[in-house]
Amino acid sequence: MRDKTDYIIIEFSKAVFFFGVVVLSFIALGFYSFLTLEHEGHWLTGMNNQVVWGLPHVFAIFLIIAASGILNIASISSVFNIKIYKPLGRLSALLAICLLTGGLMVLVLDLGRPDRLIVAMTTFNFKSIFAWNIFLYSGFMAVIALYLWMMFEARYNKFVGKVGTFAFIWRITLTTGTGSIFAFLVAKEAYGALAAPLFIALSLLMGTAIFYSILYWMDKGLDVPLGSEIIARFRRLLIYFIFTVFYITILSHLTSLYVTKNHDFEFFLLFSDNIYTLLFWVCQIGIGTILPLFILYNKKLSISPLGILLASLLVIFGGFTMLYIIIISGQAYPLDLFPGYTENSSFYDGAIASYTPSIYEIMLGLGGVGISAAIYIFAIMILDFTPKNLDDEHTLYSNNKEKIKTE
Amino acid sequence: MKKYEIKLDRRDFLKSSTMLGVSTIAPGVFFQQLAHGRDLDEPASSKIRWGMLINTNQCTDECDACVTACNEEHGIEDFGRPTTDTQWIRKLTLTSETTEESINVPMMCQHCENPPCVDVCPTGASFIRADGIVLVNKHTCIGCRYCMMSCPYKARSFVHENLENQLPHAPRGKGCVESCNLCVHKIDNGENNTACAEACQKDGHQAILFGDLNDVESDISKQLKKYESKEVRSDLGLNTAVRYRGI
Ligand code: SF4
Ligand code: SF4
Repeated sequence: MRDKTDYIIIEFSKAVFFFGVVVLSFIALGFYSFLTLEHEGHWLTGMNNQVVWGLPHVFAIFLIIAASGILNIASISSVFNIKIYKPLGRLSALLAICLLTGGLMVLVLDLGRPDRLIVAMTTFNFKSIFAWNIFLYSGFMAVIALYLWMMFEARYNKFVGKVGTFAFIWRITLTTGTGSIFAFLVAKEAYGALAAPLFIALSLLMGTAIFYSILYWMDKGLDVPLGSEIIARFRRLLIYFIFTVFYITILSHLTSLYVTKNHDFEFFLLFSDNIYTLLFWVCQIGIGTILPLFILYNKKLSISPLGILLASLLVIFGGFTMLYIIIISGQAYPLDLFPGYTENSSFYDGAIASYTPSIYEIMLGLGGVGISAAIYIFAIMILDFTPKNLDDEHTLYSNNKEKIKTE
Repeated sequence: MKKYEIKLDRRDFLKSSTMLGVSTIAPGVFFQQLAHGRDLDEPASSKIRWGMLINTNQCTDECDACVTACNEEHGIEDFGRPTTDTQWIRKLTLTSETTEESINVPMMCQHCENPPCVDVCPTGASFIRADGIVLVNKHTCIGCRYCMMSCPYKARSFVHENLENQLPHAPRGKGCVESCNLCVHKIDNGENNTACAEACQKDGHQAILFGDLNDVESDISKQLKKYESKEVRSDLGLNTAVRYRGI
């Protein structure tokens, strides 16, 4: 079916200018960090031989799974045919490309040998899930590009559903692949089989929360009015996904507790005196789950655009912390090479590894966010990605004329 | 299952390590005079499987001869940053939770027959030679550290620093991952012993024995037959080439 939404090309404005300044400074920081690390070596980061993946990986995986999740909005409209989301389809696909590029950028720039990217793109070990992910990511880009083309060309609009379904399957596979990076580590107690479903749920939640934050910005900064119907829908999506993530989190800890050899790790994570326990209960559960739910169910806040924004930002914070906990705590917790013995060595055997992200890692991560945002702002200024109006009248009726008539 | 899946021939590896040596250590100088144990064209043989037997009963508290020898042999420097400094071999002190007795265990890459590090490496830089030695190809390692995540023995180190004064036979590189290579250069020029084992023998402890696990006549095979020995984390089924007595 044809898309009857009006789209606009964004013109230069004060809001765009400020956005641009922030974005460019992020990119500059990221670039500076990259050059420094490339020159000096990774000892400048907080990462070490115990915690080998740090904050850059948290940023990268966050952006990659958010990319998959943000495409969900387009999927809902073209695969599940819920028309109110139709005007958001183009943006959804664009944002997926932006976030994926940003995430991959961080991943690549953090490599010990980023100059060998070409080796990674040409020499594959097909046993490695990492190598498969390279295919999944580049394929995802291609699929979205096709998807966008179908959306932009009026005469191809009829194929949007089919390509959308394909993109939908692709992105679920992609998130599963990303989660599986952790599922395949034989010796680490921390990473169970539930990593993949957890990553899928988290991706939906992150995508929704980020998308809403952007819609809010469009309303305030780009004068694209946001109607109460869309807000209400995003509120509901947020609630569903918060519960799903919460449910799988509980499930994965319970299944892990069921396995005797994982008791110590679970105890370490959930009930001891360390940073991860604190992050888990305070940041992930308290600030990232309960507080947003409170807002989303609060009579006043739940209908206020600002309230939903607040909930979205808290959810993003919670999701980021969750990835931090998953990625770092699993490495910080020592391997048990000799059960029944306490281990001690100059290489920190038997000790809980310490990890404090350095400023370079933060800058590198922000650089990735900057890249994502830069592509977005650039794209909306040259192509008509942005719907002209998202108030109730436009979203409810523009693509729903047939429905209204029959009702 | 096939015994060794990836067979890189020794000449390729030597060629690449020599090239790296040339490009990173001393431009203009060629290191062609690698001592010849076997003919250079002859690839590593799958008839051999190099391994070590470590007798923890013989390993004493104060001694760190193996660690020092390894560092010297491969030019591993100490930058005074213990969390990021490279360690190919380390000494673990184990204290029994029941008897409170303690034992010393030298620990390094176990040269697994089914190495997780090789499985996960996206570029195939981590590979296992026909003779069972697990190595990292310094030309294709992109420094992603996935192998470090996957190694059950924490055997690998990432090179966090700029390296200077590298040794011609042991080219290393910032931004790559490395681990014990069973002194592959010594094997390839026919010395058939490792620096750690030599140092330990020299100090009179005889705690480390190196040899061919496939050769029934070798000392190591005889000892393995005679005494009870263990694989660390044998539950993982990796069939390691480094075995321990006394744990
Ligand atoms: S001990 Fe670790 S580095 Fe060595 S082969 Fe096994 S998995 Fe690979
Ligand atoms: S760090 Fe190097 S050797 Fe290790 S998995 Fe990555 S590319 Fe392979």
